[in-house]
Amino acid sequence: MIGAFGQRGPARPVPSLEAPSPRYGEKLIRAILAMCALLSVVTTTAIVVSLLIPTIEFFGKVGIGDFLFGTNWAPTFQPAAFGVLPIVVGTFSTALWGMLFAVPIGLASAIWLSEYASPRQRKVIKPVLEVLAGIPTVAIGIFGLVFLSPMIEDVLPFMVNVPPFSAGVAGLAIGLMIVPIIASISDDSMRAVPAGLREAAYGLGATRMKVATRVVFPAAISGIVASLVLAGSRAVGETMVVLLVAGASPNLTFDPGSSVLTMTAFIGQTATGDISTGSITYDTIFAVGTLLFVITLILNMFAIRMVRKYREVYE
Amino acid sequence: MAAGIPGSERTRLATAGARAATVDSLKHQPRGDVWKGNVFFAILLFGLTIALVGLAAIIIQAAVKGAPAFGWNLLTNGPSTLNPDEAGFRPALVGTLYLILGVIFLVVPLGIGAALYLEEYADGTRWWNRMIELNVQNLAGVPSIIYGILGLAFIVRGPLDLGFILVAGSLTLALLVLPTVILASREAIRAVPPSIREGSLALGATQWQTIRRQVLPAAIPGVVTGVILAISRAIGETAPLLLVGAATFVTFNPTFIGDNGYSALPVLIFNYAARPQDEFRVLASAGVILMLIVLLTMNSFAVWLRNRYEQQW
Repeated sequence: MIGAFGQRGPARPVPSLEAPSPRYGEKLIRAILAMCALLSVVTTTAIVVSLLIPTIEFFGKVGIGDFLFGTNWAPTFQPAAFGVLPIVVGTFSTALWGMLFAVPIGLASAIWLSEYASPRQRKVIKPVLEVLAGIPTVAIGIFGLVFLSPMIEDVLPFMVNVPPFSAGVAGLAIGLMIVPIIASISDDSMRAVPAGLREAAYGLGATRMKVATRVVFPAAISGIVASLVLAGSRAVGETMVVLLVAGASPNLTFDPGSSVLTMTAFIGQTATGDISTGSITYDTIFAVGTLLFVITLILNMFAIRMVRKYREVYE
Repeated sequence: MAAGIPGSERTRLATAGARAATVDSLKHQPRGDVWKGNVFFAILLFGLTIALVGLAAIIIQAAVKGAPAFGWNLLTNGPSTLNPDEAGFRPALVGTLYLILGVIFLVVPLGIGAALYLEEYADGTRWWNRMIELNVQNLAGVPSIIYGILGLAFIVRGPLDLGFILVAGSLTLALLVLPTVILASREAIRAVPPSIREGSLALGATQWQTIRRQVLPAAIPGVVTGVILAISRAIGETAPLLLVGAATFVTFNPTFIGDNGYSALPVLIFNYAARPQDEFRVLASAGVILMLIVLLTMNSFAVWLRNRYEQQW
């Protein structure tokens, strides 16, 4: 070692670690990639701007109070009424019935997948549930319309007052759609709970059910809540199922048998016609869209925060 | 009892031993625990069964209901309001094909580019990069009908002013699935271990050379899987297309920029289904089978790809 130092030539130039050229190409590529990423911000800005401008125009003609707290929704009638509550309640009604169906089923599936299934069973069942998540909502809507609705009308007539339309049946179809969201995300968060917690509980004599319900479930609660909120946001934003199954009557009720109009169904139904820019009907679509956007944004932000929480704790 | 406890052999043994000691010192396991556990397990299985039965029911119901109308007619004939027996989906199928080609053309470079920037270049401690990240996550949760509104106000009218043409539909769908592609690509890129990059950089490769020759090839299977899943979502999306002018009864094949109208498979299915006559619902169900065949094939391919090329580092 010492000899090696001694033999070093006196005037040998040390090779530079600096790049031999400024590498403009590298910088250009970085800039192009950054532009791709910035496009998402542009998209968001475009959404907000395109929602806000007509909405502001709308509120020039209709009072905010009349819009948010009015109980009569008849924007295309003479005289028109713009009380948004019936379609907000309609939206939450279908979402609520959907969640009532999907939460127990989704959570049961998630607990089974994470705590009871053998690796082999898991490998089969999880992708199958993911297939359910990939079925287009228009197909689920048709299923609700031609199968669920007549069937439920036979068994429980009070669930379908105006055949074939019903908020409850629409909720059921939406529930089917969101089960995989709840099952998949809850399963992920329960599996992220360290095995040591389970082993300790087993070692203390707990049964499998106790481990699942008293140890793993509470430890994974932030991920589970996130899955429920995301599913709720998806249920609120679903369009095709409610267009096909929920009917189109703006009724201010949570009655599952009643036909309701939801915010998304109103937008989908009204915006398909050739409506002229600047008319009050055109602006109404955007005002309802803004409300829907704000509601789902709040839900999504909450869910993202909850997911981050469980990642921070266990990963 | 030990067989039921998860974990490796050694932890299992240790846990079982501790458990036996505890149970022994308590003299007996509370009797209720056993049947409660069984009831709980039965409830779990019941929930899972309902989810699986629901999935099967959707597919079987569409197959049974649509069977009478299923045939080559669906592919070769145009839609008809008078003649449900001979009506088909041809212009809508061509429309969907063109729409999806447009989506692929747009989201593959943009999605991968954004994912590369966020994973390879962006400094995660800077607020603007964190904002982009949060933004992408949020966009993934925006309801699809809101994208329809964006398409209507921004692409069809407003700043871009393209009119109700097929390209406007493609752009709208591309923006809708872009966040999904970005998130999936990021996962795939993140799964490439840092040592691969460090090795390449240490040998004198520039950052872009490292990405091009090492990171991207390793991440490609994951990226492709994400792209396929996003595209299969785009195929089934209906709501935004209703707003950006996918008219229903187009009897001729559409073109990318022709302003004579275009249609898409799910939109036509929806329109048939919304008619009260049963013949049209049969036709809609046949369309659903057609769509499900395409989607399930694509999704299975994606899952196969993920399993086949899943790399263990």
